[in-house]
Amino acid sequence: MTAPLHGLLTADPVVATSGVALFADALRDQAVPVTEVGWRPPMPGTEADLARVMADPRREAANATALARMTSAEAVLVDVAPASEALGLERGTFLHAGPPIGWDRASGPLRGALVGAVLLEGLADTPEEAERRLAAGEFDLEPCHHRGAVGPMAGVVSPSMWVYVLRDDVHGNTSWCSLNEGLGKVLRYGAYGPEVVDRLRWMGAVLGPILRQAVRSTGPVDVRAIIAQMLQMGDEGHNRNRAGSLMLLRELLPGMITADAPSSDVGEAVRFSGANEHFFLNLGMPACKLATRAAEGIPGSTVVTTMARNGTDFGIRVSGTGDAWFTGPANTPEGLFLGDYGPDDANPDIGDSAITETGGIGGFAMAAAPAIVRFVGGDVPFALRATRRMYELTVGEHPLFQVPVLGFRGTPVGIDVTKVVRTGELPQINTGMAGRVAGTGQVGAGLVTPPAECFPAALAALAAAVPR
Amino acid sequence: MTTHVELRRGAYHDSVSLLQVSRTVAGAPQVEAAQVAMATELNLEVLRGMGFDVPHDAGPNDLVVALRVTDDAAVSSGIAAVDDALRALAAPSGGTGTDDEVPPGTLGSAVRRAGAGLALVSVPGAHAVTETYDAIAAGASVMLFSDNVSVADEVALKDAAEAADVLVMGPDCGTALVGGVALGFANVVAAGPVGIVAASGTGAQQAMCLLDAAGVGVSHCLGVGGRDLKAAVGGRSTRQALRALADDPATEWVLVVSKPPDAAVLDEVRAEADALGLRVHWSTLGAGRPDLTAAVEDALRAEGSSVPDWPAAQADPDEQSLTRGPSLRGLFCGGTLAEEALLLAADALGPVASNLGHEPALGPGLTDPGHVVVDFGADELTRGRAHPMIDPTLRTARIADEAADPTCGVLLLDLVLGHGAHPDPAGELADAVRAARATAHSDGRALPVVVSLTGTDADPQGRERCSDALVAAGASVFLSNAAAARHALAELGAAR
Repeated sequence: MTAPLHGLLTADPVVATSGVALFADALRDQAVPVTEVGWRPPMPGTEADLARVMADPRREAANATALARMTSAEAVLVDVAPASEALGLERGTFLHAGPPIGWDRASGPLRGALVGAVLLEGLADTPEEAERRLAAGEFDLEPCHHRGAVGPMAGVVSPSMWVYVLRDDVHGNTSWCSLNEGLGKVLRYGAYGPEVVDRLRWMGAVLGPILRQAVRSTGPVDVRAIIAQMLQMGDEGHNRNRAGSLMLLRELLPGMITADAPSSDVGEAVRFSGANEHFFLNLGMPACKLATRAAEGIPGSTVVTTMARNGTDFGIRVSGTGDAWFTGPANTPEGLFLGDYGPDDANPDIGDSAITETGGIGGFAMAAAPAIVRFVGGDVPFALRATRRMYELTVGEHPLFQVPVLGFRGTPVGIDVTKVVRTGELPQINTGMAGRVAGTGQVGAGLVTPPAECFPAALAALAAAVPR
Repeated sequence: MTTHVELRRGAYHDSVSLLQVSRTVAGAPQVEAAQVAMATELNLEVLRGMGFDVPHDAGPNDLVVALRVTDDAAVSSGIAAVDDALRALAAPSGGTGTDDEVPPGTLGSAVRRAGAGLALVSVPGAHAVTETYDAIAAGASVMLFSDNVSVADEVALKDAAEAADVLVMGPDCGTALVGGVALGFANVVAAGPVGIVAASGTGAQQAMCLLDAAGVGVSHCLGVGGRDLKAAVGGRSTRQALRALADDPATEWVLVVSKPPDAAVLDEVRAEADALGLRVHWSTLGAGRPDLTAAVEDALRAEGSSVPDWPAAQADPDEQSLTRGPSLRGLFCGGTLAEEALLLAADALGPVASNLGHEPALGPGLTDPGHVVVDFGADELTRGRAHPMIDPTLRTARIADEAADPTCGVLLLDLVLGHGAHPDPAGELADAVRAARATAHSDGRALPVVVSLTGTDADPQGRERCSDALVAAGASVFLSNAAAARHALAELGAAR
């Protein structure tokens, strides 16, 4: 039999302290190893909810289950198909990023993307008409997340847009994401000019079918394996996807060049895909969605399963509270700007791409991608610290996604609402910045955090759900 | 002279650290008075008492900086002194200093990182439950120093702890000694055969020091929280502690220090101890029961040890010509020591007003023309303030008030040494005693002062040195708190 209390009375004491520094000093004076927490009061007004949720006997096991599901979810690219077919998306329905929102409160870039999508679907002849019909409520708007899909930036998906189809056979889930349009004036950043709509038409007519043939001929692509490798090649999977994009292209290239299509179309599809350093983002996102989706709906779990923004609101969803959104006004990212753009041109945070941080990459894997600081601002120690800070907010480490510079430690994964509320530290998100005015496109890239109030609100709902 | 008051919202520091800051700033050039404290109601009252105007919307998560300086020009240097002192607190310890090192954000993280078997929680009470669950989940036993934890939370925490095979020592546990390491307020005593299970902090310290004076050492002192042996808590931690001590090769017998336990709980705990083959002696302070000293003496005799003469040093008596006030004034830092003094005094004197939860109860000013015992460590006197064993300011002020009060016939005080306590408490108390006696003498009154001094010579402050300083200031000093109380009663002519 082992000694009672884990050998407390016979071991040399090692002590952790939270509170009065004097007591830690008194222990150090006795040559006792002490680890001191820099304790601060939690977010205001959360004491009672915290105590209730911390006391929930289901919590530890529920969070362990959430972590196990999140890190065991597969992500295999199995097909490329029009959204009408893959998602059953009806004509006149438009998916968008973030929590639910109507036209009246939609930000510039989301409005711009919706206008572009209405034009693409032929539901209006001019941007003005598209805007009028959207404002009149003639179309249905719905979050991507409500259909198990994700979309970067504005995240607008319409029936004729092609999407990647990813499967997690372990948990029996499917996720979808649109094809990446490249950088600059693109729909996801709110641009809707003729070149934007023309590009989308070409993607539907040429690129989508060629990618479908490639996926179907060269077989399913293990996206999770690419993420594991790209983290060891200087990518973090949100704002830096260079290695991932090349590896994806390597997988698809044999099937693309042998596709049944005119060689000029194949050439253009290959050139377009190869020139796009965010080609992989639209696969990394649904891969993370499959991971977080597997962790949804576990009673008592305080793990965040969604972080998403629509350009106006930032919303989170939590495993133990199911489909409920907890929202607050989206922050505006801080970072570096393209060309002459400056802080006044940036729209508040937008996009479903924070699913990458929710799944343990992106800002959480920043230590794996020190070169990112040239793009989002900060210095290399900052990038290392960012990942280290996130370990203090998460329930575990990812067994496959590893950070070489941290001794191949797994990335921090599974944001715990209680830890966010207790420490007051917010999840670190790397992101692109959209122009505030509809039609502008991308203006920069940088760093952002969720609005703090999402987390106490989620905590209150978790507390209310603890069985009496 | 200029006063400056500013509020720094959301800037949290613990009360002990702020005490250091206040003292440092008060000693800076051109600063006449300084108080840097969290804006709890108690602290706001103290600030108003010091003559500062405090903003009405200040709350307990706001930091108040209040300065009285020589002139307007000195305000900025005073603020700079505050900022310097606060910055000096900021450097968190435990990190290795590399540029990307991040300190643990939560107690659970600290426990896991360090492989700690024990966590010490001393955050304000409203947050203590959360910290304790976190430590339990990380697999550590917890010394829960914080108070203001509800009985329901205490029971749930102790059930969670037992399921994880860890011990919750507390809540409101001031003292523990585990594997030779002193936690919280604890005295330096020799290692030996006695395991102490304590539902009382200063009671445990008194017992440890008496045993030490008798030449009997202590293996461990496990606090269990003052309510553990009440019916609602059912001795949950006591039973765990006894099981662990029964298994401990260093422990031969056990002394349980507690207020009177619930009878049914006592029977259960006794039966369990018997089944474990553990010899347990009880010191249960209460009306009609032996005092702490007597209980320790009984245990020593039962275990075949001899009982020494407990250290005592008497001051020269006041001149007979001086007049004497009629009332006992007991001003304590230790709750159990105050309780014991109250029991002995009430037995000899009849009603004694106190803030210890007995009738008659003291009003808000904690004053009464009759006999009085005040516990300055009570919850309501420590919100946002360090415990009086660290910061005796409020009691020191009260000693001066009593000295000027003709109804005060004798001052009965305690002083507790050891780790965690004030580094030179006797010096400050001796000054207060000397000043108090001078005040009384100048009014033609005698003022005998009796000090219950709990400590050992191995304590950082040194018991004998402290005793000498107090006797030199005119106080009579006793190791046994009961003996101190009886001496004070004798000074009133009321001893039995």
